[in-house]
Amino acid sequence: MNLSLILVNKMHKLDFFTQKRLSFTFFVLILIGLTYATVIYTEYNVAKGFTSIPKAIRWATANFYPDAASLKKLPTILLKLRDTILMSVASATIASFCAFFVAILGAQTTRINVWFSVIARGIATLFRNIDVSAWALILLFSFGQSSFTGYFALFFVTFGFMVRVLIETIDEVSTDSVEALRATGASYFAIIAQSVIPSCLPQLVSWVLFMIETNIRSATLVGILTGTGIGYSFDIYYKSLNYHAASLVIVVIVLSVFAIEAVSNRIRRAVL
Amino acid sequence: MPLLKIEQLSKRYGTDKYALDTIDFTVDTGEFVAIIGPSGAGKSTLLRCINHMIPMTNGDVWFNDTSTKALSAHKLRTHRTQIGMIFQHYNLVNRLSVIENVLHGRLGYKSTVAGVMGWYSDAEKAQAVEILQNLGLSEQMYKRCDQLSGGQKQRVGIARALIQNPKLLLCDEPIASLDPSAAKIIMDTLKDINQRLGITIIVNLHQVDVAMRYAQRIIGINSGKIICDAPPHTLNPSIIHEVYGSEAGELILDFGEQNAQA
Repeated sequence: MNLSLILVNKMHKLDFFTQKRLSFTFFVLILIGLTYATVIYTEYNVAKGFTSIPKAIRWATANFYPDAASLKKLPTILLKLRDTILMSVASATIASFCAFFVAILGAQTTRINVWFSVIARGIATLFRNIDVSAWALILLFSFGQSSFTGYFALFFVTFGFMVRVLIETIDEVSTDSVEALRATGASYFAIIAQSVIPSCLPQLVSWVLFMIETNIRSATLVGILTGTGIGYSFDIYYKSLNYHAASLVIVVIVLSVFAIEAVSNRIRRAVL
Repeated sequence: MPLLKIEQLSKRYGTDKYALDTIDFTVDTGEFVAIIGPSGAGKSTLLRCINHMIPMTNGDVWFNDTSTKALSAHKLRTHRTQIGMIFQHYNLVNRLSVIENVLHGRLGYKSTVAGVMGWYSDAEKAQAVEILQNLGLSEQMYKRCDQLSGGQKQRVGIARALIQNPKLLLCDEPIASLDPSAAKIIMDTLKDINQRLGITIIVNLHQVDVAMRYAQRIIGINSGKIICDAPPHTLNPSIIHEVYGSEAGELILDFGEQNAQA
């Protein structure tokens, strides 16, 4: 009887691995099928797509670089860059501030009741899952081509994202100490101030910095749609065929993103 | 007059089976009670029903001759200030200093504004310093809690409970995450608090031998019911096996030595 048990076990193990291999093969086949179907349907020429890459590089090296004339535009570009950076910082910080309060209502540790939590998570999901460019297009109807449109588009996306991550942060880092402070008889707001905020602070700062970086990148795209900031500069130069100035805009954006990332890494280390 | 009277206490989570099933017992001022039982027996639930961290389903908890069944939010805070609690995972705010964590024990006595701002009086600060000195933590006072060892963290947890000037200490598995020598320091500290300050102590324990050595009285529970409630020297292996619902010989018990020491 023992021997038959061992045999059955062995069969099961064999079965387990064959099944795993089969399901993987199946998955790969479906993926290949899907890719092939879409290529056929969109009439995409794979060979032509890849061979045009060197051509694109050749064009870029011939035309898409900042020259001496475009450097004269640098002050205007930098001014626009300042607008974009300020907008990103303002939207990231203020949206995070608002998100923190909603996250407190949404987190299991600190929620007042289940319904607040459901509503808070629902709001977060809604705001987060509409892309920043979609928000910009929607808001264009209300605010037209102004900084407000870009600001609110970034604000909403940051808000949705921050609510989500802060809910998780609060539940992850402060559940234990919140329990301890509740047991001492501390009031709700004292618990938030003395336990939740100090526990979450490093993550909070880290995520705000992350959102500032993300927003600067998004602001460029949003600027093209809303006609503000550095995105707009790029759009104008590009459409007026001033490729040298347009490439200068790209260089400036890349450098500023690097700079911001370096600064925020320093701040992160200091806070932790 | 008993300090604590548990009366027909039941707790049910949702529609599961009862986590606590009509529990009855009383604890007098100055007692050192250990609660033992297998994991999931309801030990933690029982402790948390006493200070209403978990709402009870039926029955009542009398504390200081007052029913705590239907307390207003304000009265509930007052009730909790009189009961200190110590946790298995210490439950400190790790990024704050030792002394800040200790002072958290005073928050129950404060208005919302004073609590939010963290306004502590000089007397409170002096008391925190004194408690930390007594617990041998004066050198760690301004260190962040994440730099401490497990045993030191648990002593900070004890200090936070003591500064409440509690009548009762609830200890939920206080030594379950500690090595044997740190565990001994913590249990000796609790014994000392019980004897010197006359504070009543109820402690959940996994280690039967520790319960036998330190407690004046052992309550054994299984599946939400009290199986035994007696002084340690009257317990024998068959009762312990009944508490853990196991066959004789399946537990790591060292009764001979315990009885020899007692």
